[in-house]
Amino acid sequence: MAEEKINLLEKRKAQVHEGGEFAMEAEKQSLAGSVSQRSCSFCGSRVVLYPIADAIHVVHGPIGCASYTWDIRGALSSGPELHRLSFSTDMQEKDVIYGGENKLYNAICELIDEYKPSAAFIYSTCIIGVIGDDVNAICKKVQKKKGIPVIPVDSEGFKGSKKEGYKAACDALFKLAGTDDHPVKVPKSINILGDFNLAGEIWIIKDYYERMGVNVVCSVSGDGRIDDIRKAGRAHLNIVQCSGSVSNLAKMLETEYGTPMSRASYFGIEDMSKALYDVADFFDDDDMRAGAQRVIQEEVAKLVPQLAPYRKDLQGKKAAVYTGGAFKVFSLVRSLRTLGMDVVIAGSQTGSVEDYKLLSELCDPGTVILDDTNPLELAKYVKEKDVDLFIGGVKERPIAYKIGVGFCDHNHERKEALAGFIGMLNFAKEVHSSVMSPVWQFAPRRAGGQG
Amino acid sequence: MSCDCGKTCAPDADAANACDAEDKAKCGCGPAPKDRPLTGENFTATRNACKLCAPLGACLAFRGIEGCLPFLHGSQGCATYIRRYMISHFREPMDIASSNFGEESVVFGGRKNLSDGLTHVIESYRPEVIGIATTCLAETIGDDVGMYVKEFISADKKKVDLPHILHASTPSYSGSHADGYQWAVRAIVDQLAVDGPNEKFIGVFPGMISPADLRYLREIMDDFGMSHTIAPDYSDPLDGPVWGDYHKIPAGGTPVREIAKLGRASAVIELASTISDKQSAASLLDEKFSTAVFRVGLPIGIRQSDKFHKVLEQITGKPTPAKHAAERGRLVDAYVDGHKYTFGKEVIIFGEEDFVVGMTAFCAEIGLKPVLCASGGSSGKLRECILEAAPEVDPETPILESVDFAEIEVATFNLKPDLLLGNSKGFTLSRKAGVPLIRVGFPIHDRISGPRSLHLGYRGAQRLFDTICDKLMELQQDGNDIGYTYI
Ligand code: SF4
Ligand code: SF4
Repeated sequence: MAEEKINLLEKRKAQVHEGGEFAMEAEKQSLAGSVSQRSCSFCGSRVVLYPIADAIHVVHGPIGCASYTWDIRGALSSGPELHRLSFSTDMQEKDVIYGGENKLYNAICELIDEYKPSAAFIYSTCIIGVIGDDVNAICKKVQKKKGIPVIPVDSEGFKGSKKEGYKAACDALFKLAGTDDHPVKVPKSINILGDFNLAGEIWIIKDYYERMGVNVVCSVSGDGRIDDIRKAGRAHLNIVQCSGSVSNLAKMLETEYGTPMSRASYFGIEDMSKALYDVADFFDDDDMRAGAQRVIQEEVAKLVPQLAPYRKDLQGKKAAVYTGGAFKVFSLVRSLRTLGMDVVIAGSQTGSVEDYKLLSELCDPGTVILDDTNPLELAKYVKEKDVDLFIGGVKERPIAYKIGVGFCDHNHERKEALAGFIGMLNFAKEVHSSVMSPVWQFAPRRAGGQG
Repeated sequence: MSCDCGKTCAPDADAANACDAEDKAKCGCGPAPKDRPLTGENFTATRNACKLCAPLGACLAFRGIEGCLPFLHGSQGCATYIRRYMISHFREPMDIASSNFGEESVVFGGRKNLSDGLTHVIESYRPEVIGIATTCLAETIGDDVGMYVKEFISADKKKVDLPHILHASTPSYSGSHADGYQWAVRAIVDQLAVDGPNEKFIGVFPGMISPADLRYLREIMDDFGMSHTIAPDYSDPLDGPVWGDYHKIPAGGTPVREIAKLGRASAVIELASTISDKQSAASLLDEKFSTAVFRVGLPIGIRQSDKFHKVLEQITGKPTPAKHAAERGRLVDAYVDGHKYTFGKEVIIFGEEDFVVGMTAFCAEIGLKPVLCASGGSSGKLRECILEAAPEVDPETPILESVDFAEIEVATFNLKPDLLLGNSKGFTLSRKAGVPLIRVGFPIHDRISGPRSLHLGYRGAQRLFDTICDKLMELQQDGNDIGYTYI
């Protein structure tokens, strides 16, 4: 087939930066008809609340929304695993016509009796508002009857993108955080917010904090438990990680309990070290600072020699990075630099103009910056920039593979821990096995062929 | 909170008017009275669904038309989830556009979103065909997509450039992905096929099968020396090579002009058993053009494949080509060599209804004993079709529609079968119950071979038989202490 010229949609131009003066726009509703990589607010809520392992998660709506989110993430739990079950009211035509309130009521009651959860989250999907089910009223009724929190999540997909879903999830969480019966501050304590414990990453991070003398009150929502979330007000500081998916919760905690928040990223040596030092600085505690230094020295001393062979191979290779939230892109750019690689394309689904401005400053001039892009654009730039590696979510994988480019999943489906110092080593290994595989020699782009 | 049965489901609020289990079952807001202890208590909720939603099936069908871009009319999340789900199985790009509903669309209807969406998709993809399926939201607010499309086409000045715009109504509250697939195929045929003098070729509606199955069907038809149209055929778009350049729409699929010709086919074969006439594309051709229709179940195993070959022989007037007869011969030989390993071993089979019918027929003919046949679908015909296709199956065998994986799990603990046969979503229960799962059908999210798995015909039966036999031999070998090196 002849080479297809891929032109940017006229209306998309403002969401792409190809170097030169920075004048990007972002945070727009996806264009009708574009194959966006974004999803819906239900998806955002589900991502945030999903890892809470001692609650049941009931999706009120037709079956698909529940089927597609059954056990999709490797958010680990050290105890109960109710979150790995998928519950749906599986609305039928009758329910759409007459309303699904009775069905919902019976469904939740039975599930609570059977699974004995500490709470129930009830997600509304698109058609629920339209058919007029009063989900709030049902939740109240069940809560009264069963004596556990039954929390409605206002997550109808059409109401917005993932971001609005994050907000809805934070509202739901805050309802719990306000129910502590003993709101006393724990000394030298933090909450870890916005980490989902993929591949057990929270355990890695928690271990670092504890080794430097910091108490972790609760983690939201990775390895999350209802009772721990109730206690969120007891911490002195909220550490909000990466994507910003729970920054709304942090803001609410700040208003309610006066707990300040600080952002952190656990990806890469620089950002991980900074995350630990920041906490010591916040408490202005010399023991803690010394503790952080000790942890970092120990870990880095182990890590650096292990990274060396990978770095040698990867030096000068080119990467494209495209993630959900913008914050993670920064860490990835730095991490790839640690491995000697250059980022030539960077972007995210939900970043703000501010994020992209900072990103364009962090990256080398000429780096293409993309907001809410689509497969055509991605492919165009991947090819133009001749990248060796693409880092993104599972939806980008086939794009990369189809044009014969190595790919790493840095999204919710990863099964290897990438956070922390040990995560940097796993990251190096994965990048290495993607970039250095001999199979690319057969891809038409390298073999000189056309396909 | 009273419902159409006139009673209330909230007894604490209104004790006198409380409904009982029977009322609940009648009006659908509670589970049916417990009639299947095998699968545990009945629940109102669906737990770990054994089905997907209708637009997924429709997108798959649209992907099998050359130059077609699937397009979901409704909110964006559905398209993104469905893409992700299909990509995890096929490991190929699966672009699905969406009209991206916002709050205004819900209030005022999705007309503007649809026409904007179509305009943008045409501009950026230049597709030959756009296949629109509706999400639950668009269906619920009552959008008339057929009318919108007409308006869109008549509003366009330079009509020559417009792609074919097809649309299927796919409300997920009325059926599963298997239904969505059939609805879409029927809609495609309805909107494209035209009348004309008969031509000498066979149309085939293959059902939801793997790319490998589609390729093999093509090979069989070619070997019969009969020209044919398989519709839809997503074997190339969903199992293609690495490209030099990015293609907006992957090559391959059934061309529109061939589907248009289906109204003139000398015969059509539909590989299906449980679908209703209302869903069937073949029945539609019969109604509209009095086309000769042959319906056979998915040809899995020797007997089902024999039926398929017999139909081909009948239509073409030629015997099954020697190459395929020889494959059948070798297959029988393998059955003979392996029969002791399979005989009496108990299996649970699950998946789409038509697939379960075919797999059960196959299992039964090699001496396996199906102890439960289960599907999330609800055609009302599963039992009838299985008993017809697999006479060895004990009529007392539980054959269940509308089941979910939580129920299959309880049944697995109760029945303690030797094997599970079905898609990869059975892995969770397979691991819990310690019963090995042989992955067949769709989706397969945890192995690489999904798109290349062959199930149909003599060759597919050979692969299935080898896989199952090998697994049973492995279990036998691992299960004893001696470590026999010959089994
Ligand atoms: S709303 Fe309907 S179409 Fe959308 S994912 Fe849910 S079930 Fe599927
Ligand atoms: S957009 Fe609406 S219907 Fe579709 S997946 Fe999201 S919540 Fe479900």
